[in-house]
Amino acid sequence: MKAPHETTCLVVDDSAVIRKVARRIIEALGMNVSEAEDGSAALEACAANMPDAILLDWNMPNMDGYTFLQALRRSEGGAAPKVLFCTTENDVGAIARALRAGADEYIMKPFDRDILAAKLEQVGLVADAA
Amino acid sequence: MTELEFEYLRTFLKQRSGLALTAEKRYLVESRLTPVCRRFGIATLGELIGSLKLGQDGAIERAVVEAMTTNETFFFRDRIPFDLFRDTILPEALARNASKRRLRIWCAAASTGQEPYSLAMLLQEAGPRLAGWQVEIVATDLSTEVIEKAKLGLYSHFEVQRGLPVQWLIKYFTQVGEQWQIAQSLRSMVDYRQLNLLHSFASLGQFDVIYCRNVLIYFDAPTKSDVLARLAAQLAPGGALLLGAAETVIGLTDRLSPNPKQRGLYGHAEPVGRASEMAAPLRVAAGI
Repeated sequence: MKAPHETTCLVVDDSAVIRKVARRIIEALGMNVSEAEDGSAALEACAANMPDAILLDWNMPNMDGYTFLQALRRSEGGAAPKVLFCTTENDVGAIARALRAGADEYIMKPFDRDILAAKLEQVGLVADAA
Repeated sequence: MTELEFEYLRTFLKQRSGLALTAEKRYLVESRLTPVCRRFGIATLGELIGSLKLGQDGAIERAVVEAMTTNETFFFRDRIPFDLFRDTILPEALARNASKRRLRIWCAAASTGQEPYSLAMLLQEAGPRLAGWQVEIVATDLSTEVIEKAKLGLYSHFEVQRGLPVQWLIKYFTQVGEQWQIAQSLRSMVDYRQLNLLHSFASLGQFDVIYCRNVLIYFDAPTKSDVLARLAAQLAPGGALLLGAAETVIGLTDRLSPNPKQRGLYGHAEPVGRASEMAAPLRVAAGI
């Protein structure tokens, strides 16, 4: 496992408030954070610099999170990042669909620091987050 | 709340539950007991203590004990005790009990059920290895309120997101409105009972595995010694006892000893000369 300060997390959400909250939590866990406000901006960011983790909203303008994930997993190097959906799409059908598309974890909004830390630990990016 | 009232509450909790409420934990009193006041229509904490002194309302007394002793828990809490169960404790117990094909597990401070259900999920994942086995999980807690919640197996979306991999959420839970309910097949694996660890638990019988985590920390040293000695009596030969990360048997009982290779894991103390036999290799697992 890389040390947290060597890992990067791309936060993809059209809400600036959510991006700010997530950034604060993830930076406090020691990771580096960058942001994108929709799926197409996230694809460009990944093409330039593939992150270790992606925190991904579902419903966004231009390109939604689900479409982004499918495109990411087909792209060069796109199998590597751990993708954590972070969305209000909280029904079991959406979760199953996201997992089939290649998501590693799933966070149901609203979330808090403990949930985000636990999920990043779950995918092996943060050690002993509790 | 006055000093005298706080002292009364300390004594009351010690006698009723073994809880050693230190002065540093005084801050907990207000946040835990204000909801109790509200529930019973009592205006102040002072009045609540007053009603405890009268000793006429068992419901208020139980509510106070439960509010002060209920602790946070979540699925696969601390992860390592569950990795150990899957990779070491369970395979060894299956080998040891192969002739009788029976396995008994006790969660001694089960709270709202996350610990016994985490073990139940690991047992289901073990699948065919347990075919034909009689497996029993006994889960006890001081609080009848948390036991009722545990039996229902209904959890908020906050509760199912800490420690539980999402793949297991959709495999073992059903969505019920805003909540998630653990599968009936897992609920039926757990036998819940109300139990105060200060009282005798000899009637529960012997267990191959005992989880007693994050409860001894609330007891004073003589109470810890007493509970540990009685836990040792319920632990089958070769059995495994798991305590919380901040708990130990050292200096409290000579009937149990720590496993030198794994923090938090304890077994029967071996007579001198047999120590080499207990040094079975332990594999520490990666994630769940």
